[in-house]
Amino acid sequence: MADVGGSEAPKKGGKKTIKRKVVRIDMTPMVDLMCLLITFFMLTTAFSKPKIMEIVLPEKIKKDKDKVEPPKIAKSRTLNIILGPENKVLYYTGMVEDPKNPPPLQVTDFSATGIRMILLEKNRALFRKIDQFRNDVIAGKINIKQDSVESAIRKLKSDDDTGPIVLIKAYKTANYGNFVDILDEMSIIGIARYTFVDISWIEEQMVEKTLGITPEPAAKK
Amino acid sequence: MPKIKLPTKVPFIDMTPMVDLFSLLLVFFILTATFRQQEPAPVDTPYSISEKPTPDFNNMTIVFSNDNRIFFNVDNGPDTLLKFRNKILAEMGKAYNIEFTEGELRAFEKLNNSIGVPIENMKAFLNTEDKAEKEKLQTGIPIDSLNNQLANWVLYTRQVNPNVVASIKGDSKTEFPLVRKVLDILQDKNVNRFNLVTNLKAVKVEEEKTQQ
Repeated sequence: MADVGGSEAPKKGGKKTIKRKVVRIDMTPMVDLMCLLITFFMLTTAFSKPKIMEIVLPEKIKKDKDKVEPPKIAKSRTLNIILGPENKVLYYTGMVEDPKNPPPLQVTDFSATGIRMILLEKNRALFRKIDQFRNDVIAGKINIKQDSVESAIRKLKSDDDTGPIVLIKAYKTANYGNFVDILDEMSIIGIARYTFVDISWIEEQMVEKTLGITPEPAAKK
Repeated sequence: MPKIKLPTKVPFIDMTPMVDLFSLLLVFFILTATFRQQEPAPVDTPYSISEKPTPDFNNMTIVFSNDNRIFFNVDNGPDTLLKFRNKILAEMGKAYNIEFTEGELRAFEKLNNSIGVPIENMKAFLNTEDKAEKEKLQTGIPIDSLNNQLANWVLYTRQVNPNVVASIKGDSKTEFPLVRKVLDILQDKNVNRFNLVTNLKAVKVEEEKTQQ
């Protein structure tokens, strides 16, 4: 209690007893003030820090420098994804061999049944492996340290030789959100090999043709 | 039977334990508070499933606002005594023949926000106290090939602090060609690893459900 002093017992000897007043400090305003301060700090504190997503872009090949050829990849495993306008995603497999007769572009979107389904279909073997591994770790079948789970999954990914090689391209009117979304999609599905490359003029024309003349899958031949 | 005498006292609630508790909470919040960074322009970052937190230091951030302005931010390094921000601004000044005074450098060091001020206006920006005036000067960092100030910011930041990592914080509505241009500038300066700043949104894909 915030009492100060207190009533003393009367002393013998005829002396005057000094009756002390009990001093009580009222704490209520202090509590009010502290409540306010706590509220202020709680509201201004950023508890959840923003997260980051790492991306490594292929090094630029400087022209005429040391004549480095861009790495060659298997045509059959290549999946080209083009970020289109209005959150549309276009994709085709393989490569454009004849500019006059380009492969058909399929149109889809960022929903759970859109591009994710297509990627999952292509990457099922690896996805199952990673999923199995995660479940085993949770169930305790594999004894592994928590910190090395990520690197073990990375190892699984780098050993993979069946999944697609995804080339991400962006049409002129795509926005930054789409770019992050598609990279996010890659990590959700666990695609081992993907990179971002510049769009070629043939592909730009393909997008315009697909979306411009007859939208939706009319570009099929 | 004698009656039990109830003391007729004014009820007085003892607030001391409550004050104790509140003091503790207050101390906790003051110590853990890391204030939300105020961006000079609204930036609505996209969502991803990544759970990696942003690094505390050695971080240079390029911010894209939704009106396609570009801002740049860099921290002071692991120790504020290193005064990386001062050094970077001094280097920038040298490159553009602008002499910054000690006071201006200190003002720049204290400034914890992203800056979107062309270097010509930096002196005016650092010397003004008026918020509206400051806002007017934030026109975005030029990235034209003739006047590529962002490239110089990146260059000098990396010269002063070689451990710096590039982060990109963009509004989801930013036009992609602009982002691509900035990525190109960074790659010209041999920065190939980027951190994209996102918000966390958990997504789980069940394999069985998707089987056809």
